[in-house]
Amino acid sequence: MEIYSIRPILAVVIPFICALLIAVTGEKNRDLREFWTLAASVLGCMVVISMFPHIYSGGKYIFTVAQIVPGVELGFRVDAFGMFFAFLSSFLWIVTSVYSIGYMRALKEHAQTRYYFCFAACIASAVGIALAGNLLTLFVFYEILTMSAFPLVMHEETSAALDAGKKYLAYTLSGGALVLFGMAMTYTLTGTLTFASHGFLAGHGSEQLLKMLFVIFILGFGVKAAIIPLHSWLPSAMVAPTPVSALLHAVAVVNAGIFGIVRVVTNVYGIELVADLGLLLPLAIVASITIIFGSIFALAQDNLKRMLAYSTVSQLSYIILGAALLSPSSLSGGVAHIAHQGFMKITLFFCAGAILVQTGKKNLSEMHGIGHRMPLTMIGFTIGALGMIGAPPICGFISKWYLGLGALEAGHPIFTAVLMASTLLNTAYFIPPIYNAFFKEPEGDLIESREASWWLLGPILLCALISLIFGMVPMIPYTPLQLARTFLGV
Amino acid sequence: MTWASHLPIIVVLIPLLTAYITPMLGWMDKRICNPLVIVSTSFAFIASLLLARSVLTRGVISYHMGGFAPPFGIALVVDYFGAYMCIVISFLTLMAAIYSREYIAKELHESKTAPYYTLLMLMTGGMMGASVTGDLFNMFVFFEILSISSYALVAITGKKVAILASYKYLLLGAIGTSFTLVGIAYLYILTGTLNMADLSVRLASLYGVGRSSWTLLVALAFFMVGYSIKAALFPLHTWLPDAHSMAPSSISAVLSGILIKVGALALIRVLFNIFQPEFVVETIPVTSMISWMAAVAIIVGSLFAISQVDLKRMLAYSSVAHIGFIILGVGLATGYGTTGGILHIFNHAMAKGCLFLCAGAIIYKTGLRNIDDLAGLGNKMPFTMAAFTIAALSMIGIPPTAGFISKFYLGLGALETGTWSGWVFIGAILLGSLLTAIFYMRVINNIYFKEPLHREDVQRDETPLGMLIPILILAGGCVIFGIFPRIPLSLAEPAAKLLLGI
Repeated sequence: MEIYSIRPILAVVIPFICALLIAVTGEKNRDLREFWTLAASVLGCMVVISMFPHIYSGGKYIFTVAQIVPGVELGFRVDAFGMFFAFLSSFLWIVTSVYSIGYMRALKEHAQTRYYFCFAACIASAVGIALAGNLLTLFVFYEILTMSAFPLVMHEETSAALDAGKKYLAYTLSGGALVLFGMAMTYTLTGTLTFASHGFLAGHGSEQLLKMLFVIFILGFGVKAAIIPLHSWLPSAMVAPTPVSALLHAVAVVNAGIFGIVRVVTNVYGIELVADLGLLLPLAIVASITIIFGSIFALAQDNLKRMLAYSTVSQLSYIILGAALLSPSSLSGGVAHIAHQGFMKITLFFCAGAILVQTGKKNLSEMHGIGHRMPLTMIGFTIGALGMIGAPPICGFISKWYLGLGALEAGHPIFTAVLMASTLLNTAYFIPPIYNAFFKEPEGDLIESREASWWLLGPILLCALISLIFGMVPMIPYTPLQLARTFLGV
Repeated sequence: MTWASHLPIIVVLIPLLTAYITPMLGWMDKRICNPLVIVSTSFAFIASLLLARSVLTRGVISYHMGGFAPPFGIALVVDYFGAYMCIVISFLTLMAAIYSREYIAKELHESKTAPYYTLLMLMTGGMMGASVTGDLFNMFVFFEILSISSYALVAITGKKVAILASYKYLLLGAIGTSFTLVGIAYLYILTGTLNMADLSVRLASLYGVGRSSWTLLVALAFFMVGYSIKAALFPLHTWLPDAHSMAPSSISAVLSGILIKVGALALIRVLFNIFQPEFVVETIPVTSMISWMAAVAIIVGSLFAISQVDLKRMLAYSSVAHIGFIILGVGLATGYGTTGGILHIFNHAMAKGCLFLCAGAIIYKTGLRNIDDLAGLGNKMPFTMAAFTIAALSMIGIPPTAGFISKFYLGLGALETGTWSGWVFIGAILLGSLLTAIFYMRVINNIYFKEPLHREDVQRDETPLGMLIPILILAGGCVIFGIFPRIPLSLAEPAAKLLLGI
């Protein structure tokens, strides 16, 4: 059942209004400015939550703003998958806002108004992407996201940051151009862009054309999804402040790319058509290469945030692999991993930020013994890292289990082997830092350091706790796994 | 006959009559000029809106001057496209007029106030006339009016470089007008008429008939070259960067925002109103030829813009690229493509108008023209720079700005052709917008992310309100018409369909 409601647009507009209020308030009244962020994040999340029951029972919310081309409106259409991503972004915004306030004030960062303004705009567009009812609306918010994340990459204004910003724009705008091309092509073929439950491209165009179009879409969205070899903007973007790396470059921005790919596979092409065209195996192979090489690159990093970035590259392709294998288990595992990866990775980034704030250290080789001085932070880090490896009872295990199962269901056990290899590699780069943190003695200025303030610690522990809960009781309602299964109807 | 039926002549007469009154009143008191121009342009704008409404309700309006029926009398023919152009012209001129009050007081010597407004109104009258005329010779006359007044406006500051730029513009412009005059002569020899509707009927019988068809082709070639110079279509754009960067910024906004589009309008009139779409699309593939030229213009114009150091010169080269987008849409001669091209006339007018007005505001406040010197302006002039950023995003074609809509329509139009060249064109459109991103993002980076040279420069020092208001209106328009594109499309779409006869 579809209900026409303003809730979707509210969820998008609230962060935008918040951004304007932040800009108006400015540096003069910092507490009020931070209040807007917190208030809007809570309010936005509540609007999203209010859509839960209806969506969960299989309904949809729709809202139309204005017609753009005949047959295609700027409009929203909320289904379980969109709901899922919207909730993830808006909920993690609350957590990250709290963390941001602690982080930015502790480091006395400059241009904080611009920072909060762009952050709110990013969240608004991420929610917009999630709730979009057609490819055009998705693209509109996708591009707004590109532009509003760009000042955050450049935040430091050092030459490294400026270069990273240029690189980021060059990659993402080119990707956007490809998506636009694919979208124009799709519209020319079918006369519509509205997402349909089983796709709408079937029966249009030649097989050759559809295959080429698919490659264009994957390349276009693949830039943000950081598929190797389109990933290199992501490690460079780690010059951004840590909350940005945490929420945007581990969750919102990169998952927007993933989200686009999943939408194209399920709601534009339709699963059957993609399977008929024989496009899945190549996609799965690309994802596997990214999984393996992302982990190998991560092994070579000493900078903690860069290591996490390569880990993100690798983990994101789990989701693509899940979509490419196309068995019920792999799909639900992949979709659930969007949230699982988000919670675990955000924990890890928060830890990296807390360490930076307290000790000024960015490199793993300088963090020996940090576990003695910042035990709670490092416990959070350990939970996140173990989850990334896929150790039970943390939620990373759940997604990996379903993905592995799905690979077997799909009749491609080789991909289960890829997952196992990745697990080994993950262990290889996550265990040494944990070992060094707890089993080596702190030296130098680390001896003096201590735990960060609760503004930073609270979000770390909360996200770590949620990762644990999702891993221990995945069968209760409204967990990522359950939402994924609702969306997929399995 | 009610007064409303005289609207076609009213929209032309308001600016022309104002042009005659201005020097007289300005002679008595210079301060009257600006309010007078603002009021009369507002009336012209309202009249254009009413004209558009009556075109939308009643269809194409044919107005006979003095009641003499064509082909003997002079006819004004207002179709959707003409009404659309009138709105764009009067709207942007109004913005420039509001902006001029404070800008001109500083930029120009006091003695030039009255000539400035006189020329501005004369130019507007010429543009309005060219949009609504149904007679080829009248088109030529209006083009002379608007060209000559624009030559003078480019040189009005009296600086040597400006005079030189104006001279270059004048030389090429004169070549353009003489080419069109020769074209008109050829058509008159062939048919004995200059009325556009009449011409199209009489020419239809001549397509492919022995010798006379050569005369026809030569006439077409003369028109193409002549009006391509006026529209600054690559490679006939060489006058534009000098003229548009040396003129006062309010004039640059009008020149880049609408004047070159009137050249595009003339091209459209020749291609689709005088010659039949079937003739120029299929028999002699002129449209495909200009599409290729336009695709080259998009790429080359953007590449030139990337290499500029002067902000206004960069904006001028960007116009060379964007006239390419418009002409490409026209040349595609498909429903979406031509709609996109016509829509881009409006979208580009808003964005480029806004950008030139912002550039003027920067010069007004700081005297800076060099892109590398703009560091720190984001804190100094936050509203102006926010408007600049929005307009720049519209030029790049980032949603939800208006530029995205026209880019999308042009892309759809390119694919609609269904040929391999359509793929090349959409490639040019996308590559062009990426190149556009390179040079606009460079400016935005300097404004917001670069360390300013002098710390004391970053004190808040916003543009005066009189100049800021038109800037903000134009920037707001870029967003509003990006979210609600149906508003301009309600005219642009029927305009394209009528021109193409589909």
